[in-house]
Amino acid sequence: MAVKLKEVDAVVIGMGWAGAILARELTLAGLTVVGLERGPDRRPAEDFALPSIRDELKYQQRLELMSDNSIDTVTFRNRPDQLALPIRRWGAFLPGQGVGGTGNHWSAMHWRFLPEDFRLRTHLGERYGVNSIPATMSIQDWPLTYDELEPYYDRFDKVCGVSGKAGNLKGRKIEGGNVFEGARSNEYPNKPVAASEGGLMFGAAAGSLGYHPFPAPFSAASAAYKNLYGVTMGACQECGFCDRTACEANAKASAVTTIMPALRQEAKFELRTRIFASKLIYDRAAKRVTSVLYTDLKTGTEYEQPANLVVLSAFVFTNTHMLLHSGIGQPYDHATGKGVVGKNYCYQFEAGAAALFPDKELNPYMGSPGGGRMIDDFNGPNFDHTGLGFFGGGYFVAASGASPPIGGRYVPPGTPAWGSQWKRETVKWYYHSVRFNTQGSVYAHRDNYMDFDPVYKDALGRPLLRVTYNATDNDHAMSRYLLSKLEGIIKAMGPSHYEMRPRPKNFSVVPYQSTHNTGGTMMGSNSRNSVVNRYLQTWDAHNLFVMGASTYPQQHGYNPTGTLGALALWSADKIRTDYLKNPGPLVHA
Amino acid sequence: MPDDSIARRDFLKGASAASASVALLSVPQTTPAKAADAPVGVQSRDSSAPAQAQGWLTLTMDEVSFFSAVADSMIPADELSASGTDCGIPVFIDRQLAGAWGAGARMYRAGPFHQGLPEQGYQLSLTPREYFAVGIRAANDWTRRTFGKEIDRLGPVERIAALKSMEDGSAQIVDIDPKEFFQRLLAITMEGFFSDPLYGGNRNKASWRMLGFPGLPATYADKIEEYRNKRYVAEPQSITDFS
Repeated sequence: MAVKLKEVDAVVIGMGWAGAILARELTLAGLTVVGLERGPDRRPAEDFALPSIRDELKYQQRLELMSDNSIDTVTFRNRPDQLALPIRRWGAFLPGQGVGGTGNHWSAMHWRFLPEDFRLRTHLGERYGVNSIPATMSIQDWPLTYDELEPYYDRFDKVCGVSGKAGNLKGRKIEGGNVFEGARSNEYPNKPVAASEGGLMFGAAAGSLGYHPFPAPFSAASAAYKNLYGVTMGACQECGFCDRTACEANAKASAVTTIMPALRQEAKFELRTRIFASKLIYDRAAKRVTSVLYTDLKTGTEYEQPANLVVLSAFVFTNTHMLLHSGIGQPYDHATGKGVVGKNYCYQFEAGAAALFPDKELNPYMGSPGGGRMIDDFNGPNFDHTGLGFFGGGYFVAASGASPPIGGRYVPPGTPAWGSQWKRETVKWYYHSVRFNTQGSVYAHRDNYMDFDPVYKDALGRPLLRVTYNATDNDHAMSRYLLSKLEGIIKAMGPSHYEMRPRPKNFSVVPYQSTHNTGGTMMGSNSRNSVVNRYLQTWDAHNLFVMGASTYPQQHGYNPTGTLGALALWSADKIRTDYLKNPGPLVHA
Repeated sequence: MPDDSIARRDFLKGASAASASVALLSVPQTTPAKAADAPVGVQSRDSSAPAQAQGWLTLTMDEVSFFSAVADSMIPADELSASGTDCGIPVFIDRQLAGAWGAGARMYRAGPFHQGLPEQGYQLSLTPREYFAVGIRAANDWTRRTFGKEIDRLGPVERIAALKSMEDGSAQIVDIDPKEFFQRLLAITMEGFFSDPLYGGNRNKASWRMLGFPGLPATYADKIEEYRNKRYVAEPQSITDFS
């Protein structure tokens, strides 16, 4: 029997971005909050310090900061008629573990979705006719608008000290920023970090073709910055190790660099680490979650933690799995299309390119992901899809630098992979490569979803989550189109060699592609089309709020974290101003 | 067409260089000093095997010979760097396979087991340590059948031919997918060549010198503009230089 603990005001499950935001906001509202975290605490001064943090083998190759597949993983198959098998070690995507979660090792691309993205189905129907949307494409509108979310995008910018340049300030278009973005109420908190030379070369070529280049919106401070919670961030050191690792300079925004320093001083907050939350105890009649069941991995003891308010803020997979395992919400049934938990699993369709410039000296190890240059001319609603045969799009990025040597070497196609010739070519080209990426959208499809695996179990004996996903014809067509446009820009840059890298037909979990998994507990306008309402409150338990990219109805052509943080702040604000005064459903539909 | 004896001579010459740096760094050596004194061109396994290796954590002598031969084929000594063996790659591999990663830490290992589709990734229960043990025996069995010798005893021409057949998938290795085995060999060899010398490979920062990778501390905020489109050159520094 689980040991029953004393009730607290709120429990937060998963201390990544969303969990830390909710813990901070709820303690500011006077609540006592317990934060449960599967992994270890992460304290930058001890865990992310020089020299040990500059270790490509440990972090980039051996994936030190990622979650433990031996305890819990997902099974995967491309199609519903296949046998799903477990992902035994992460490959295509890399969910993090420990305080700060996946936000510790992100490359910190900090985006907003476009105003039209929030009303995607309506927009496509208006522009191309409702019959143009395939019956299998289960996209839907978000139940909130860009304008409603904008103040919270702005607040999240100020939590993170984001570096960038506005292209639309209160409706005024600004050359040199992203002129396609929705209206911003404020300029970025910090000016852009130093551009990489490869980024500038791309920007010049894109501009010459009439496109609209701008600096990367980068969630790292380009100068020391005091954030919204009074935490001081350091300046980016351009170390080149950003991706898959953490920041010794406290410049890259994550929950541990921007929120935890304040939360650790908060008497109303208690952090419990190495905690495996296993189930929400659900009172169906009262439409409430009464407590959280968990195993303390430090002692082996099982506890029941009663709480007035429960925030489920783990990764996409854990959020979806927790609802399925706790019997909250109707599971998605692929055969009938009914049900919502597990529905509209989406990914990010990234495809890239590389090019070589023998006359440029591009110091391949220097810089940050923020040194890239972008164009947004081919994202979602920013171009006309008439006659193209697909919907969706994505931004383009180009950069040089910021890639250490195990994974960051590039040689022209056809070069041997080993031996003396490989060595000569590796040395010859090391300083001269520019890499490109297209951040393609994934529009939901009825055959892409998550449910329980019938065979494989996690360390607690619970069924694993099963992911059924393949790249759709729509998304392949979208990506081919983006690559064709990207190729035009690369040619204009005048490389000696270049290589376009379209994705193979079937999605594979082996090579790294993107950690942008979305959906499974999506938000919507009523309980038949969604799991949570516009305030991220579940329709089936009014005191349960689900945070994160699991609430996205589909994935747009941008990194998801900017929207994730804004939604957490939006939800927290509603909880503070309305829910705590009058606990109950915030939306009646 | 280079003949076997010349490459064998290079291999042995590399061995003596290795013993010098080995003493300095006090890590296990991969080719014994004794081998350096052996007659040039001798094809005997005894002369090239690391009979006097000092303290291998997990690798057997046959496995050390195998990884050494592969490392020296993938990273031959030339004007750009010392050989894979002299860069400490077998030492790196020994430590990796003896450690948590090699023992399958953080890897889901529950059954049932199915071969699966390529898109579903690695589906065996074998840890990296076990996988290489199985793969090396199977690969040596295949070269014995095909070329009459284990991989480390083949001359360089045949050895390269054997590795290329593994790389293109044509090698008839029993039970082990030759392409996958080759890619794993290539990956761990390159990790040994390019990772921080902290791990026993990349001895004397050979690969970082070869590339012009400065290593640590990697604080470039004050350099990125100064070195725009201009090569930055610095003596490479490792984690060990700051520890």
